[in-house]
Amino acid sequence: MEPIAVFGGPYGNHLALRAVLEDAARRGASAIYCLGDLGGFGPRPGAMIALLEEFQVITVVGNYDRALAERQPDCGCGYTHPKDNEYARIAYAFTDARASAQDRAWMARLPESLRLLRGGRRYLLCHGSPRQTNEFLWDSASSNPFLERIAAEAQADQVLCTHTGLHWQRELGMGRRIVNVGAIGRPANDGLRVAWYAWFASDRHDAQFLPVAYDTDAVAAEMDAEGLPPEFGETIRTGWWTTCLEVLPAKERARGRW
Amino acid sequence: MSASATITLVPSVPLLALDTVWFQVAGTLCNLTCSHCFITCGPTNRRHAMMSRADTRPYLDEAVALGVRDFYFTGGEPFLNKELLPILEDALAIAPSTVLTNATLIDAAHAASLRRLEQASRYSLEMRVSLDGLDPASNDALRGEGSFAEALAGLRELSRAGFDPIVTVAQTWDDPSDAAMRVRFHDTLREIGLARPRVKVLPMFRVGREAERTQGYDARERLTPEHVEGFDMRTLQCSTSRMVTSQGVYVCPILIDSRDARLGRTLRESMRSFPLAHGACHTCWATGATCRN
Repeated sequence: MEPIAVFGGPYGNHLALRAVLEDAARRGASAIYCLGDLGGFGPRPGAMIALLEEFQVITVVGNYDRALAERQPDCGCGYTHPKDNEYARIAYAFTDARASAQDRAWMARLPESLRLLRGGRRYLLCHGSPRQTNEFLWDSASSNPFLERIAAEAQADQVLCTHTGLHWQRELGMGRRIVNVGAIGRPANDGLRVAWYAWFASDRHDAQFLPVAYDTDAVAAEMDAEGLPPEFGETIRTGWWTTCLEVLPAKERARGRW
Repeated sequence: MSASATITLVPSVPLLALDTVWFQVAGTLCNLTCSHCFITCGPTNRRHAMMSRADTRPYLDEAVALGVRDFYFTGGEPFLNKELLPILEDALAIAPSTVLTNATLIDAAHAASLRRLEQASRYSLEMRVSLDGLDPASNDALRGEGSFAEALAGLRELSRAGFDPIVTVAQTWDDPSDAAMRVRFHDTLREIGLARPRVKVLPMFRVGREAERTQGYDARERLTPEHVEGFDMRTLQCSTSRMVTSQGVYVCPILIDSRDARLGRTLRESMRSFPLAHGACHTCWATGATCRN
């Protein structure tokens, strides 16, 4: 089995993306996968595709990428609370205004999901869940019976997803496993100024979550200079989420500062 | 002619997956008699009975086999059920759970017990508290004399125990733009001591006691095939959830007083499509409302 690296949501954070790609390359990843959402939140959504191509990253479509490709009126993140949607609208308008026709065409070609056979196990790589691009699979809000059902329906032994922005993994029955690889463009609401991604070592199916440091001050300064909400920059500077918090389940919300 | 035409024109919602199972765990018994209650709960309403731990167990087991994602417990007032905590313990061993309560019966001991259950589980336990005004006058006009002060006391106990309750507000005001009202609720809850106020606004369902308080649905407030053409049925909670009461399994929490909404005795029996023939169906379609968190 060759080692692979898998990450979610670069969100226009070019310095986080470059740092993760360099880290994965240095460790000898045989393949690098991105589970979608190139834009939103960060200052340089236009820089994402060139970086992904430079490192030959294999990418799955996120709701953000699909929304841009189809010129939808909003990001389709699936928030239900007006407070979450208010910030989501700002990030989407910012990203949409910076998406070229070529960018949109590139995103339109991204697959909904990818299947790999790795070490005899059927891997399914998707954005939200195997059944819905913008479904949130939170650790504390996803039961084992539910995860086992959706993995079985997708005929997968190992489901790799993102969308929530928080990384976690769980071993399920029948040798199945779910790995939410988290997102690299925004910290993991843990007070750490790093980007987390998932590393699958050569002899393993469980993920090792790796923190990668990058110049958060530089990214936050760029966000401020671009006129993005100061709350976004604060998140990068502190490692704590300041917006789009209402969607969090109780346990995840309680772990954060806000 | 028109009657048969009407019957053929009711669109149906399929059950796409059984993600969420609700329990009418306190039946229709409640210590309050809210004037807008869509299932007319009160101290003497026993149309749906209290459910015991033994009553809920077979449904929990069936839900596991069907791949349930989460559970919700409501009433009536769930804390009138003496077995609520053991039932929650069973549920939290399986899946994330939410309790919908008026909080008036929650004291420090309850809150501490709930917290212990929550901490023993890998899953979230959400406490959802109904409040319909920012002061005693506006809240108690709907929910009864003294209920504001009692609900606030319960909210504070939950907060002290480490919960971040979700306060659910029925949209009784006329202005369809509720942003300002949400902000006011948020600020008021912070003032009374909640660290991270969370607010959910639900539309009014004009059935039960609410139909008497204001007016019921007009015959035109019914869904037709045109309404659902191109509509994403996944946004309707009845496409992914069912409600269990002492009387059997119903399509949703709103329609437990409608005989046609009872879909079977077991969850499996209830896994079929449902004709969206009620005024309340129109409300869910028009507002995008879901009883989920």
